[in-house]
Amino acid sequence: MELLRFATAGSVDDGKSTLIGRLLFDSKAIFEDQLEAVERTSRDKGFDYTNLALLTDGLRAEREQGITIDVAYRYFATPKRKFIIADTPGHTQYTRNMVTGASTADLALVLIDARKGVLEQSRRHSFIASLLRIPHLVLCVNKMDLVDWDQQVFENVKAEFRQFAAKLDVTDLAFIPVSALLGDNVVDRSANTPWYQGPSLLHHLEEVHIASDRNHIDARFPVQYVIRPMSDEWHDYRGYAGTVASGTFKPGDEVVVLPSGFTSRIASIDTADGPIGEAFAPMSVTIRLEDEIDVSRGDMICRRHNQPTVGQDVDAMICWMSEQARLTAGAKYTIKHTTRSARALVKNLNYRLDINTLHREEGIDGLALNEIGRVSLRTTQPLLYDEYRRNRATGSFILVDEVTNATVAAGMILGPTQ
Amino acid sequence: MSTAGTTSFFELSHLKALEAESIHVIREVAAEFERPVLLFSGGKDSIVMLRLAEKAFWPARVPFPVMHVDTGHNFPEVIEFRDRAVARTGVKLVVGSVQDDIDAGRVAEERGPRASRNRLQTATLLRSIEDGRYDAVFGGARRDEEKARAKERVFSFRDEFGQWDPKNQRPELWSLYNGRHRTGEHIRVFPLSNWTELDIWQYIADDGIEIPAIYYAHRRMVFRRDGMLLADTEFVTRGDGEDLFEATVRFRTVGDASCTGAVESPAATVDDVIREVAATRITERGATRADDRISEAGMEDRKKEGYF
Repeated sequence: MELLRFATAGSVDDGKSTLIGRLLFDSKAIFEDQLEAVERTSRDKGFDYTNLALLTDGLRAEREQGITIDVAYRYFATPKRKFIIADTPGHTQYTRNMVTGASTADLALVLIDARKGVLEQSRRHSFIASLLRIPHLVLCVNKMDLVDWDQQVFENVKAEFRQFAAKLDVTDLAFIPVSALLGDNVVDRSANTPWYQGPSLLHHLEEVHIASDRNHIDARFPVQYVIRPMSDEWHDYRGYAGTVASGTFKPGDEVVVLPSGFTSRIASIDTADGPIGEAFAPMSVTIRLEDEIDVSRGDMICRRHNQPTVGQDVDAMICWMSEQARLTAGAKYTIKHTTRSARALVKNLNYRLDINTLHREEGIDGLALNEIGRVSLRTTQPLLYDEYRRNRATGSFILVDEVTNATVAAGMILGPTQ
Repeated sequence: MSTAGTTSFFELSHLKALEAESIHVIREVAAEFERPVLLFSGGKDSIVMLRLAEKAFWPARVPFPVMHVDTGHNFPEVIEFRDRAVARTGVKLVVGSVQDDIDAGRVAEERGPRASRNRLQTATLLRSIEDGRYDAVFGGARRDEEKARAKERVFSFRDEFGQWDPKNQRPELWSLYNGRHRTGEHIRVFPLSNWTELDIWQYIADDGIEIPAIYYAHRRMVFRRDGMLLADTEFVTRGDGEDLFEATVRFRTVGDASCTGAVESPAATVDDVIREVAATRITERGATRADDRISEAGMEDRKKEGYF
């Protein structure tokens, strides 16, 4: 059984919580005691329906204010797949949560109210999904029951969205007409939409092909930890533990260790359950090399003829996540990239991107919470990186404020500074 | 050479993917922290977590100690299991004793028939973290357990009072974890965040992991309280109408004996349990934990104070 991680976005009004509640309920991932608690609270609060949003709003402040503040993770499984939902709030001010949920997602689910069409918020969510390079985007055109299952309404939303999506980098786009409230096309195909030939939402989630989404070409292994047992039994054992970021590794492969440039061959790929013949992302393994060379955390093992860029000057798109401080040119942060940490100086703030119009605003003096922009960074140590669009694992980084220790930015590398 | 766990070309089974993610998290902590410690109760989640830690560093030993916060209200099978697991893996065991904190007057024992040491554990946990100067504390909590936990980060910051501030959590992106903190603060780390109860059981089955016998069906003297079956132990006082009877039960969670309920079950093997868990309609905490029934925000409030 395979694991699919997806992020949902939309506001309460779009019926997002209802849709998630339906997926969880119909796949029996909601338990009776949870449902009873929600029913009880719904009654106490005077709702005349069971407010499934209460299932995902786990914090007191959220229940009090009736809004979702933070990403919530939900789990369900069908006989075909296990699913992890990153349920992210839809409000404007919570872009950072959407970016967070999107960073690990294989698929993004965006809800559109059939009566309202493609709103600013839907565009914003879709843009973030494309910025974070989520390979699959599903648009659920919801509340089809309120437009009498009119195919034309669905087609209009599709056309409107396709026009907007042409500006984005979306590889796989699917549209599904649903009624989250009534369950049409959520788990089973609906008799109300005979004009719709596609799968139900759940069927789509079960079948969408994700195994080849990861980069299986560029072999990248950031060394995380050096294993040296120093016991009698394993006296000379020296293994490099880590998680395969991309590509594949096999015993016998000729490899180069960066940044030193030393070359060797893979002697074996070890796990506690025995050696394996091939390692690929996202396996956590231990690589042993044939030669004794100096390798430590933050180094990267890759192929001789396929190496990442090594450099201290990078351009990147940044999503700013701090409420307290703004990002300004000249500021210094700690950068975490793969298993490497360094310091980074913001040399230049190139522009701010208006995520509604995709307009680039130049000559700005800073980025505030939830703003996205392009920066040039200079780092104290060279980074071993690929473009984010080619490799999510070696193209992503975070910035950490050195005074507060807060995570203040998510970054996606575009390439060497132009 | 094996390719166990790969379901087809470049596909990883969900358990192998979860295992890889947890091992990544555990190694990250060992690489970046000075003094990590792993909370080990002898419950199934902490057993799986310790197994993953062993795998993360094999063939080297687990490079940090384990800590048991001991309420003194234990099931003897669990303590015996704990000691065997510690002996087998060669890790150092640190015991934080709630009784010590009661004796020293740092906390007061609850009174009455419903007294429990559950809530007192927080003080002992925080005191033990301070005593050991631990900067990273592994916990076996899962996000599917409870709705406040669903909001928890994998690396979760705790201030100098050990408090969790759910409204001011660090964003957590990709697999880049921010463990920076000042002296006196610490990070709680939850490597099993993305596992469900069923995943844990399937992993126990697949990996042949031994767990305490009380997780499987056995005959036991119990009494009914608040719709739960509590074991007859020296730690609970039965009230009127709380009559003892013998039943075939098993435990879905293992905690303080005074507030952990059993469920009636014939599931005697791990495969029986998996079938039962897959079909069950009540969450494990809802079925068996009196401590979670305090209020809708019971867990959130305890977590803010520094609870597991």
